[in-house]
Amino acid sequence: MGSHQADARHRCASLVWNDRKSLDTPCHASRLAGFAAMKDRKTGSMRTDAIIIGAGHNGLVCAGYLVRAGMNVLCLESADSAGGMSAPRTISDNYHFPGLVHAAYPVSTALRRDLKLEQFGYQPGKAIDTIALDGNGDHLTIGAERVSGAGLAERDEQTYATFRKQYLAYARTLRPLFENKPPRLKDMAFADKVTLAKLGWNIRFGLGREAMNEFLRVAAINIYDVLNDEFEDDRLKGAIAVDAVMGSAMGPRTPGTVLTWLQRLQGELNGPMFVQSGGRSQLVHALTQSAEDAGATIRFDAHVNKILIDNGKAFGVELSTGEMLKARIIVSNADPRSTFMRLVGAPQFDAMFTKRVTQIRGAGVVAKLHIALNGKPEFTGLADPQLGGRLMVAPSMKYIERAFNISKYDECSEHPVLEITIPSVHNAALAPEGHHVMSVNVAFAPYDLEGGWEEQKTTFAYKVISQLGQYAPNLTSLVVDHEFLTPRDIEQQLHAVRGHWHHGELSIHQSFMMRPLHGAAQYDTPVERLFLCGAGSHPGGGLTGLPGRNAAKRILELGGAK
Amino acid sequence: MTKSMTIDHTHYRRALQRTPFHDRFVALSTAEEWMAWNTYKVPRVVDKLSTEYFAVRSSCAVMDLTPMEKYRITGEDAREFLDRLVTRDISKLRSGRVTYVVWCDDEGKLIDDGTLFQLGENNYRLCSQHHQLDWLLISASGFDVNVEVETHDVAALAVQGPTSYSVLAAAGIDDLDQLKPFDIAKLHCGEIRVTVSRTGYTGDLGYELWTEPGDALQLWDAIFDVRGRYDIHAMGLSALEMVRIEAGFVMPGFDFNTAESTVRNGYDRSPYEAGLGWVVNLDKGHFTGRKALQAEASQPARRRLTKMVVEGNKPTAQALIYDRKNGKQVGEIKCASWSPILKANLALADLEYVDGRQPSKLWARIDYQRELKWLSTWAKCHVQSKPFYNPEHRSATPPARF
Repeated sequence: MGSHQADARHRCASLVWNDRKSLDTPCHASRLAGFAAMKDRKTGSMRTDAIIIGAGHNGLVCAGYLVRAGMNVLCLESADSAGGMSAPRTISDNYHFPGLVHAAYPVSTALRRDLKLEQFGYQPGKAIDTIALDGNGDHLTIGAERVSGAGLAERDEQTYATFRKQYLAYARTLRPLFENKPPRLKDMAFADKVTLAKLGWNIRFGLGREAMNEFLRVAAINIYDVLNDEFEDDRLKGAIAVDAVMGSAMGPRTPGTVLTWLQRLQGELNGPMFVQSGGRSQLVHALTQSAEDAGATIRFDAHVNKILIDNGKAFGVELSTGEMLKARIIVSNADPRSTFMRLVGAPQFDAMFTKRVTQIRGAGVVAKLHIALNGKPEFTGLADPQLGGRLMVAPSMKYIERAFNISKYDECSEHPVLEITIPSVHNAALAPEGHHVMSVNVAFAPYDLEGGWEEQKTTFAYKVISQLGQYAPNLTSLVVDHEFLTPRDIEQQLHAVRGHWHHGELSIHQSFMMRPLHGAAQYDTPVERLFLCGAGSHPGGGLTGLPGRNAAKRILELGGAK
Repeated sequence: MTKSMTIDHTHYRRALQRTPFHDRFVALSTAEEWMAWNTYKVPRVVDKLSTEYFAVRSSCAVMDLTPMEKYRITGEDAREFLDRLVTRDISKLRSGRVTYVVWCDDEGKLIDDGTLFQLGENNYRLCSQHHQLDWLLISASGFDVNVEVETHDVAALAVQGPTSYSVLAAAGIDDLDQLKPFDIAKLHCGEIRVTVSRTGYTGDLGYELWTEPGDALQLWDAIFDVRGRYDIHAMGLSALEMVRIEAGFVMPGFDFNTAESTVRNGYDRSPYEAGLGWVVNLDKGHFTGRKALQAEASQPARRRLTKMVVEGNKPTAQALIYDRKNGKQVGEIKCASWSPILKANLALADLEYVDGRQPSKLWARIDYQRELKWLSTWAKCHVQSKPFYNPEHRSATPPARF
C-alpha cells in the first residue's frame, strides 16, 4: 500500500466512523474520498455533498451517518420541525402528543452507539404492558413473558411464555436480512452473499432442526391460523393479532401476517415497548441533535418541489421558492412514489419501472385520534398504573377481521380496532396539570373512503370516542378538544403517499429485494446519485432507523463508484 | 363513390375483416392469394408477383395499408411522452413531418418500429408493425397524454414507384411537387380530403395516402381512372417483401423476435443488434431502455443483423452462415430475396461477432431442391453496409414527371 493510500485510510478511519466495526462495512478509503466534504475551489465555501429530502427519523439517521463519514450534509424539511410522522403534535396550545408513533421499541444498540444518541438525550421509556380491554372489565394484562387476567385458561398462560420465546427466536433469525441491504439475487455482490449466508446459518443452526421446520412452515402463512393453533383465549389472540396487522391493509387471516409480526418483533429484540412521551428523550430530538452536532445542517420550511436531473444524474433540488440547491448526491426520505413520480417525474425513468412505481400497493388504513382531556379517564376494571400501558380494543381475531373486511369496500369499520396510549401518564408536562392526552390508532379507516372523508370525519371521530366511553365511562365528559388524522390528512400534512404508515404495504411481494420495487431495492435508484432512505425501502416502516442506516451504508459503499 | 361506407365492425361474424378497398382488390384479383394481416384479409399476390414487383420498381404500384396499426397520440405531454418512448431524438420533429422510430423495453430490447407523423402541435400518429396499445398505455403512466387506436378509422393506401408522383398528379392531387421525403401535406383529391405523406416501405419514390374510410373507394377510383395513361398495378404483400429487402428495411417479428413476444432469455434483440443503431440517440435525455443501451454501447458488439449479397441464385431464406466451408456456425439468414433489378441474391443475416468484430469470412450453407431432390451447396456472402437498392429518383424533389 502506497503512503498516499495509507494516509487516506488513516484520515478515513478518523473521520468516518468512531467505531468502524459498529457499521460492519469495510471502509474503502479511496471510495469515500469521492464523497468527502470538499471546498469549492472557486468560492472557497463548503459545497454540499448530500441533500437529504425530509427530516423524518430515517432522513435524520442517514444524515447522522453521512455527516460522520465526512460528508457535508444538508437536510431539507418542509415542516417547521423534524420528525415527519414521528414529530410531536400539539392541539389547543397546551396538549402535546408524541405524533403518529405513540408506542415504540428502542432503536438498535448499534444506532445508539454510532450516532451517540444517549449523549443527546435519547432514552427509551420504561417497559409497558399491553392491556386487552374487555367490555365487562375482565381485562388481560399481557407482558413480555407472562399474561394474566380473569378467566384466562391455565394452558394459555403456560403456552404464552414459550410461544413468545419461540417467535422472538424467529425474529432474531431474520435479523441479518433487516440490518443489511436486501441481497440481489442476480449478480450478487459479496456482501449480499454474506447476508444470505448469515440468514441460512441462523435458520439452520441458530434455530435447530425442529424450530427451523416450524419457522419455514409459518413464515408465509397468516397469524390467524398460528394463534388458533396455540391459544384459546379470544382476547389474547386479538391483542397479539393487532400487532401483526396494524398499519397494513391486512386482517389476521391475510397471508403474510406472520411475517409482518416478525418484522415488528425485530424492535423487541432491542428492548421492551414503551410509550413515547415527548421532550428531549424522544428519538427525533436526539437524532436531530446528533446530526447537527456532527455538522449536518437542517433547514426547516424548505419544501422541495423537484429533484434536478441532468443526463440521468441528480445534481440538486428546487425548492417551492424557486431556490436551487446543488449537491453531489440526493437522498430522499420521501416515499418512493412521491420521489419518483412527483419530485423526479416519469420522463426520467423507463416505462415499465414507472408503471411499477404507480402500482406500489399501500393505501393507509389507520387513522390517528388525539384527544385532549381535562381529567384522568377511568377505565372500568383498570387500576391506575395500568393506564400507562397500551390499551387494546380488539376483543377477538374475528372482530379484527370484520373491522378489516369492510375497509376493503372503502368503508370505515363499524367497530374499529383501537390501540390506545395515554402519554401524559408518563410525562405530566404533556398536558396542563391534572389534564391528560390520549392517543388512539384507529383501524380500519381506508384512504379511499366512499363518500370522502370531509363529510364523515367528525362523525367517525365521535363514534370512536363514544366507543371508548364503553370502557371508560367518564371519558366523554372529559374531552376538551380532539384532532383526527385520517390517511388523507396524513398524506397532506406528513407527505406520506396515500397516508400509509410504511410508505407502502409490508406485503411479501413488496419486501426485501422487492422493496419498494425491483429496480430500486438497494437504496440506489435508476437515477444516478439519487438514493432512497425512507420507510418505503427495506426493511420498511416503524421507528427503527434501519432504512436510513442501511441507505447510508449503501451510499458510502458506492461512494467512489461515480 | 359511396360516402356511407364504413369499416366493418361486425368482425366477429367473419374470420377476417375487410378493408374499405376490399371490393376493388377482389375485382382485380386473378391469383386469389389472400392472407391475414392484423385481422384483415389482404392480397398476398393480386395478379402476378413479377408484375407487381416491377410496377414498384419501374412504374406505379398501389397497396392497401389500412390494416397497419395506427395510434393517435395527443395531449399536453404528447411530445415528452413520445420522446421518452422512442430511442431517436425527436426534438427537431415539427408539424408536417414524419420520422422513422423504434422503441424498446426497459432492458433496451426492441419492441417494435414504426413511423411517427407529427400532424399538429401535440398531435401525432404512430404507425407500427404490431399491436402496441398495451405498451403505449404502460408508457403513459405519469404523462398527460391520450392514446387512441385509429387503425380501423383511417383508410390508407401506399402509392409507390417512379411514376407515383405523376399518377397522383393526374388523379387530381395537386401540390405534391414540393413535398420532400418525410413531408406530410393535407390535400384534396377532387372533393375528398386526403392526407399525403411522402413515405413508404419500398425504397422507391412513393406516397402514403390517408383518408376517411367513407372516401376510400373514391380515392381508389381517382387513381385507377388514370390507368389508361400510366401503368398502375394493385400490389400484394409478397412484392412488398421483395422490395423492402432491396431497400434494406427490417421487419420486427420476422427478422428478429420482439421483446414482448420473446420467452427465452437472449432471443430478443436490441436496436444495435438489429442494425438500427443509427436511430438510437444516447445523448437526447432519458428514454425507455437508455441505461441498458448505454451499457451495451460500451461493450463490444455481440451480434448484428447484417445486409449480405449471397453468391449464386439459390433461394437462401433459411440458410445458416459459417465462418468457412464446413466451419463454425456464426449466424443465420433471417430474410432473403432474389432481386430481379439487381440480379443478386439478397439477405439479412443475424451474425454473431467475435471480440466485437464481424467474422471476416462468411459462407452460407444452402439446402435446396432440384426436381424434389434435396441438395446442399456453399455460397460465399458479401456484407453490404448501404441499402442494396437506393435510386436517386427516390429522393428527388420535385420528382421527375412522366
